[in-house]
Amino acid sequence: MIEFYTPQKDLGTPESAEHEMVSLYIDGKSVEVKKGTSVMRAAAENGVKIPKLCATDSLESFGSCRMCLVEIEGKRGYPASCTTPVEAGMKVFTQTNKLESLRKNVMELYISDHPLDCLTCPTNGDCELQDTAGEVGLRSVRYGFEGENHLVADKDESNPYFTFDPSKCIVCSRCVRACEETQGTFALTIDGRGFDSKVSFGDADSFMESDCVSCGACVAACPTATLTENSIIDKGKPEHSVITTCAYCGVGCSFQAEMKGNEVIRMTPNKNGQANEGHACVKGRFAFGYATHKDRIINPMIRESIDLPWKQVSWEEATSFAASKLKLIQKNHGVGSIGAISSSRCTNEEVYLVQKMVRMGFGNNNIDTCARVCHSPTGFGLKTTLGESAGTQTFESVSKADVIIVMGANPTEAHPVFGSRLKRRLRQGAKLIVIDPRKIELVNAPHIKAEHHLPVRPGTNVTVLNSMAHVILTENLHSEDYILERCDQNEFNEWVSFISESRHSPEETESQSGVPADELRSAARLYANGGNGAIFYGLGVTEHSQGSTAVMAIANLAMLTGNLGREGVGVNPLRGQNNVQGSCDMGSFPHELPGYRHISIDESREIFETEWGVNLDSEPGLRIPNMFDSAIEGQFKGLYCQGEDIAQSDPNTQHVEMALKSLDCLIVQDIFLNETAKFAHVFLPGASFLEKDGTFTNAERRISRVRQAIPPLSGKADWEATLALANELGCDMSYDHPSEIMDEISRLTPTFNGVSYEKLDELGSIQWPCNETVPEGTPIMHVDTFVKGKGSFALTEYIASEEKANRRFPLLLTTGRILSQYNVGAQTRRTKNVSWHEEDTLEIHPHDAEDRGIRHGDWVGIKSRVGETVLHAKITSKVKPGVVYTTFHHPVSGANVITTDNSDWATNCPEYKVTAVQVSKVSAPSNWQIQQKKFDAKQKDFLSEAKV
Amino acid sequence: MRKLFIPNDTSAVAMGSNLVANRFEELIKNKSLDIQIIRNGSRGMFWLEPLVEFESDFKRFGFQSVDLSEVESILEFICDDSFDAALNKHPKFLGETESIEYFKKQQRLSFFRSGLGDPLCIDHYSSLEGFTGLKKALEMQPQQIVDEVKNSGLRGRGGAAFPTGIKWQTVLDTAHSKKYIVCNADEGDSGTFADRLLMESDPYQLIEGMIIAGLAVNANQGYIYLRSEYPFAHATLNTAISRCYAEGILGQNVLGKKICFELEVRLGAGAYICGEETSLLESLEGKRGLVRSKPPLPAIEGLFGCPTVVNNVLTLGAISTILCKGSDYYKNYGTGRSRGTLPVQLSGNIKRGGLIEIPFGISLREIVEDFGGGTFSGNPVKAIQVGGPLGAFVDRDKWDTPMDYEAFSAINSMIGHGGIVVFDDQINMFDQARFAMEFCAIESCGKCTPCRIGSTRGLEVLDKISSKKDVEDNLILLEELCDTMEHSSLCAMGGMTPFPVKSAVELYKEDFT
Repeated sequence: MIEFYTPQKDLGTPESAEHEMVSLYIDGKSVEVKKGTSVMRAAAENGVKIPKLCATDSLESFGSCRMCLVEIEGKRGYPASCTTPVEAGMKVFTQTNKLESLRKNVMELYISDHPLDCLTCPTNGDCELQDTAGEVGLRSVRYGFEGENHLVADKDESNPYFTFDPSKCIVCSRCVRACEETQGTFALTIDGRGFDSKVSFGDADSFMESDCVSCGACVAACPTATLTENSIIDKGKPEHSVITTCAYCGVGCSFQAEMKGNEVIRMTPNKNGQANEGHACVKGRFAFGYATHKDRIINPMIRESIDLPWKQVSWEEATSFAASKLKLIQKNHGVGSIGAISSSRCTNEEVYLVQKMVRMGFGNNNIDTCARVCHSPTGFGLKTTLGESAGTQTFESVSKADVIIVMGANPTEAHPVFGSRLKRRLRQGAKLIVIDPRKIELVNAPHIKAEHHLPVRPGTNVTVLNSMAHVILTENLHSEDYILERCDQNEFNEWVSFISESRHSPEETESQSGVPADELRSAARLYANGGNGAIFYGLGVTEHSQGSTAVMAIANLAMLTGNLGREGVGVNPLRGQNNVQGSCDMGSFPHELPGYRHISIDESREIFETEWGVNLDSEPGLRIPNMFDSAIEGQFKGLYCQGEDIAQSDPNTQHVEMALKSLDCLIVQDIFLNETAKFAHVFLPGASFLEKDGTFTNAERRISRVRQAIPPLSGKADWEATLALANELGCDMSYDHPSEIMDEISRLTPTFNGVSYEKLDELGSIQWPCNETVPEGTPIMHVDTFVKGKGSFALTEYIASEEKANRRFPLLLTTGRILSQYNVGAQTRRTKNVSWHEEDTLEIHPHDAEDRGIRHGDWVGIKSRVGETVLHAKITSKVKPGVVYTTFHHPVSGANVITTDNSDWATNCPEYKVTAVQVSKVSAPSNWQIQQKKFDAKQKDFLSEAKV
Repeated sequence: MRKLFIPNDTSAVAMGSNLVANRFEELIKNKSLDIQIIRNGSRGMFWLEPLVEFESDFKRFGFQSVDLSEVESILEFICDDSFDAALNKHPKFLGETESIEYFKKQQRLSFFRSGLGDPLCIDHYSSLEGFTGLKKALEMQPQQIVDEVKNSGLRGRGGAAFPTGIKWQTVLDTAHSKKYIVCNADEGDSGTFADRLLMESDPYQLIEGMIIAGLAVNANQGYIYLRSEYPFAHATLNTAISRCYAEGILGQNVLGKKICFELEVRLGAGAYICGEETSLLESLEGKRGLVRSKPPLPAIEGLFGCPTVVNNVLTLGAISTILCKGSDYYKNYGTGRSRGTLPVQLSGNIKRGGLIEIPFGISLREIVEDFGGGTFSGNPVKAIQVGGPLGAFVDRDKWDTPMDYEAFSAINSMIGHGGIVVFDDQINMFDQARFAMEFCAIESCGKCTPCRIGSTRGLEVLDKISSKKDVEDNLILLEELCDTMEHSSLCAMGGMTPFPVKSAVELYKEDFT
């Protein structure tokens, strides 16, 4: 999908939601369009172009520019085609002498207040005003240019990614409307009236001081050079573009990488992208500069010990060095002494290849994925109750929801494009229930107010969910017919007697969860009675000792109220990374083959054994935490870690570092020398998403193509590096293109049977299952029956975490993400996104701060049972008393120095979200931070020596 | 006890009626006279204000333009037991108020109570057929009420003259759990004051009309969007509304029935454009007053996206008459498709300015010459602007055109809200054209380009003409600009600003060259 660069097609007004068709005549030609379509869109859909400036198909029609006037037989005057809906039999004329003169005269007015610097203008050749002036044939401006004007208005260059030049503004309000309708932030407005009308930032003086979240929707919407990406100002117009998929969060936005040769000039959200429909966030839209950051390592490196400098070598030498090390380890310590960790940031094909290499080349099942530490409880919980380890809906489905529960997720920060969709629905009147220890933005945002915020104490999610189910059942608000038809009755009956026990009543659980009983009761009633109920949850549900229990409790609630199997409802995990869903689907778990088939099942194994020509071990392998423990015990000696920074992202850093130091051979494949690579013996340079072909699967099970925009800087895409290593290990694998890997996946995996690159090109994306029965994929799951047949109500007993607050550690620390940064920050810290978040801080409630004599900005030590780190304090009542909060985007913050080894009972997903801590004022960094600084400096020296 | 009536509306107060009232009160107290002062509304004969009246033999007698120095003599005059109207011995004595030609020639349907008594006295209102229409409406089905309004031929008095019954029918037919009645009381046209007079002199009439509208379309919330420049009307309406709540006329049980109607006043923020119904709705929603595109019509998606009746004060005022006396009675007045009466507001350089309620059909000349008595200055009339600041100047050949929506439309003019402003021969019509453009430049909401930029460029072009710069070319440019604004603006603000400009240029070319 490499195309010459042309601006994306704009049909002027949004698509009509109606199905009925209407016939009309446009310039004498009979056309048929959906009822409710604007005359402008009807014309555009049929190849008739009507000049326009304020209309764009991502926004509701506005009718301000008056360029799109038409004549309609039998109608008075010259109606604006953007705001006039079609009517049956209507006769529209888009080009008449009168229209020509009106349009030319309106354009003359525009240009009388516009600089005549087209040739030196940043959007020369990509400007709707310029194009339209050309279309209407404007040749002179009779008003002259000495009248009142805005030509000397000052530029606002405060945003690092784009410039606002009001001298070029035509006051079409597209930016203001995009900020409202598309993004939902309401940062922009028009100030003044008449000729003085101008775009303003509310009370703020500049973009950066305003509420702007730098999503770029305004920039995309601007028809002139008023809002322009700085990269366009610097480099000019792109010449070709490649459609690909964002590599940040699990929303999986489709982008057009706009290129000049091998340089990405701009990332523009793809209007046809089914996950994002033309919207983006500050990360995907602007923060791609890391791909060419000077810290990128593009040569393979090896060393015998982590106390030695690196040596740059060829790919052949590196993979042969790595393979011989691994073979030697296995020879000395047994087949099970090595393993691999795949990455949710890599493509499906790459993850598949890593697990294949482990099973085929390592001869064991020691393959795990970083999804272990985020959404493994989702896989377990949803598979147990519904029969499939995946979210049930499309994102689009939220537009039909009436009551929305957001639990342990912060969509406006971590899944911003979905957050905007959600906000749009809430502005349309859907009700919101937020279950979260923190007052996240959705609790009270412009034109949005949560009906209920249940400020649950960290670690007690299950009690809240159980109480909600208790209320719904005991107040007889459940969907009896649905349960009778769809769910296993024995399991349900057993569950009824469990959940009806009075110990689950909100009055009983209130003291544990901190959620007021009456508030919880009203919330439960709202979810049960309010129409379509949809649940969206995130790591604030999964990353607990009871993560799997909470996921099952969520599924119980949805089944109990009949909220599964149609649009507008469902259970929807918001996946943290771009390919969490995919990496799980691809069998990179120690117990599961691709498609969630247990390794111990002979028939499943045989399918792969036949295809691969090897015998597979039927015993599940090691999970990540087991690998660490086993390494420290001396049994696990070699690890291949692709695209994952376990030293920063996994809990109890001291423990992880000790494990890494115990390894004889650590092979790290990454685009940067990440924290883990500092413990490595082999470094294989990774490729960014811009440098390779493949697919990502987002939180809606949507498989989207990743397309190579630039050649791999290191000469190899990640799948090629894995392939080279596998071949060195003696595996007989040969692929010329990732599409061949996908062909193999679809051959072997029933839910992927119908997937191919060809079909992906044709459909844009595919939501699995996709096979003969559903050749175009499955937007909504469990429509008539559950995947497992009858839905299973699970008994969700709450067993409190071992991690409890006490006198020594009286506060509970919980963690999360912020908008501008992504995960461990390896990418976003290497972009101008640091303008919004230079460091991680500790959020603490004013009462807790007062008790400890802590003032805003003080250095504070945060001490848990396992470690200590130091951050600046940020005093805020977003957190409630007793709870503190931080982000984990900077390595030096050491958020995981304090998190513990506690983990989910079923999946070992770490309990990141609950750590008992004490916070006190300090004056120096923690010991760990001092050590980390030294170690980091030493490793950086080793790296620079390699470069020389 | 004798009754003395001293008007308390904005115009009378501006002419000193409060000072006069205070003096009367003082003297009555000092002399221990048995006289009750009633602060009534105005009868709309503003050139006579302060018009002090007293009642005798159930007749009302007036003194015009009462000055503080005359208070004592008037008191003596009315306390004289040998009073005989026919003797007419006081210099300011007018005789029987309702015999004044200006008043007698009117057909007062909506303003018949105006000036008769204390506007806030519910008993007074009820004694003069007040709430009769509402009581009848409470016994009717919504469709029957809408049918009555349709049959009356009533058209929107705000300016657009859209048939009220059809608008109501649309709202009635649009299914929605919430509907609104919005009264447009943002009376911003220069030279108009009928809305204000009605709100200050007979506020219950408006409230009654709004409740009936609510019954007709199944709406139970009303808002009066009042311009902030009307503080007296604001206070009067608020008192009237709270008294209606206290009397059970508004609230959960209208007149004891299981019918709810809530009403409140919302103040505008000083923008002319908020008199345009869609920007009024935006403003009422708390947003910047910006014109919306139509469709959707407010009747289908109006306030907060709900079906909404937006009617002018006079339109809603007429409703009580229609329900009380029947639609046929109302329809009986008027001519052609313009039925009922039109409250004309006569101002500018005019001898007898004020409100004249007359049936449609009377000519412009009759209004200006017979009612108005010609110019205040005594000089010949040079120009007449009808329909507010966006109305055209009417060609002197067309002054015999009857006041009728269609007849005015036929002469490229409009009746609008019924404002008539008269200019004598001292006026320079270039200044008037410039004023029209400037008004648009100041009051444009800024949404559509022809109005936003066009009005400012229009001013600049006019200034070039006045400074004799390329006059011919600039006159052509002005004409084209007017044409562009007229045909491509989003709303009537930009669309009609060219009317006064173009008519001034056409009719008074000499002022432009």
